[in-house]
Amino acid sequence: RMSSDGKPTKFQPPPKPVIIDKQKLGVERRFLSPEFIPPRGRTDPLKFYIERKDMIQRRKVFNIPEFYVGHILAVTTADPHANDKTNRFVGICIQRGGKGLGATFVLRNVIEDQGVEVCYELYNPRIQAIEVLKLEKRLDDNLTYLRDALPEYSTFDVNMKPVSHLEHEEIPVNKLQVRMKPKPWSKRWERPKYNIKGIKFELPAKKMKEAQKWSQPWLEFDMLREYDTSKLEEKIWKEVSEELKK
Amino acid sequence: QGLLRRAVSHSVLSFASITGARRAIQKLTRVRVVDNSTLGNTPYHRPPRCIHVYNKTGVGKVGDKILLAIKGEKKKALIVGHKMPGPSMTPRFDSNNVVLIEDNGNPVGTRIKTPIPYILRQREGEFSKVLAIARNFV
Repeated sequence: RMSSDGKPTKFQPPPKPVIIDKQKLGVERRFLSPEFIPPRGRTDPLKFYIERKDMIQRRKVFNIPEFYVGHILAVTTADPHANDKTNRFVGICIQRGGKGLGATFVLRNVIEDQGVEVCYELYNPRIQAIEVLKLEKRLDDNLTYLRDALPEYSTFDVNMKPVSHLEHEEIPVNKLQVRMKPKPWSKRWERPKYNIKGIKFELPAKKMKEAQKWSQPWLEFDMLREYDTSKLEEKIWKEVSEELKK
Repeated sequence: QGLLRRAVSHSVLSFASITGARRAIQKLTRVRVVDNSTLGNTPYHRPPRCIHVYNKTGVGKVGDKILLAIKGEKKKALIVGHKMPGPSMTPRFDSNNVVLIEDNGNPVGTRIKTPIPYILRQREGEFSKVLAIARNFV
């Protein structure tokens, strides 16, 4: 090729395509475990600070993975009465409760047609390993209605292989609508106070309308019940992530 | 009449969800016999009920002996799981499970399919024969 003044120009190779690999970019998903956020009250924040220090120390020694309600977990605990001193339980996380060091999560599974639930404490030193077998969020925060659902929705294979999940991808939401056993249920799940979206109510429309009688639409506008945790979360997230990196 | 409508034959598992109560086992609780004994599994028009708990308090937890009324007979039984939440790390079952036992501690049935909590292993001396016929542990 000849440029405008007649001299041969140096070959300019085409620009290399830039591949943005999200994994290498390290776009981290910020997940602060809900037990770090202190409950609303008049307790001295020093107590929560000391508890957080203990929680971080435990997390440095033992890895507690990020998990939500609806994930399928396998927990191995040390049990003096078991055969090889370890006890492995696989189940779906129904609820996460408690704050601070007493944070608990309940796993549910149906073994040999018998529904079993175990409440584990996250920071109990008897726990030897927590593996997340399947990452899957559900439509609700609290899956306690699975007790009144058909047992097929709570059965999970004990020897299930962990389903692989890439770091940077978002956690998929399973929009499964669960079918229930015939009434009576342990709680009246159709009532609006439970605000459940994950049940396929096969009740007559009259019952659903009657359940709305107990709705309290003014609750969401009640200013005294507001507890804005965003600033607290930012502070605690910074503190926790710094300590964990050390 | 409500009880008649909901009362399924007790050999089917679903009778355990008749009441939503989450209590331990005491007098007059309906229990579910978990082993494969004939006495526990033949259908009868009344579910097996607890009539006495061999305990200082009248409340039976896992590992306590109780007296059952089954098919018009009295039989001792061992509690292997209840609906009430216990200490953390212990399993909570969806039905009040019980294993039929003789006066000397020998189990009546020959196999227990449903899972049994590991806590019972602590009292290996009293329950060794029951633990020997158990298949799954939780």
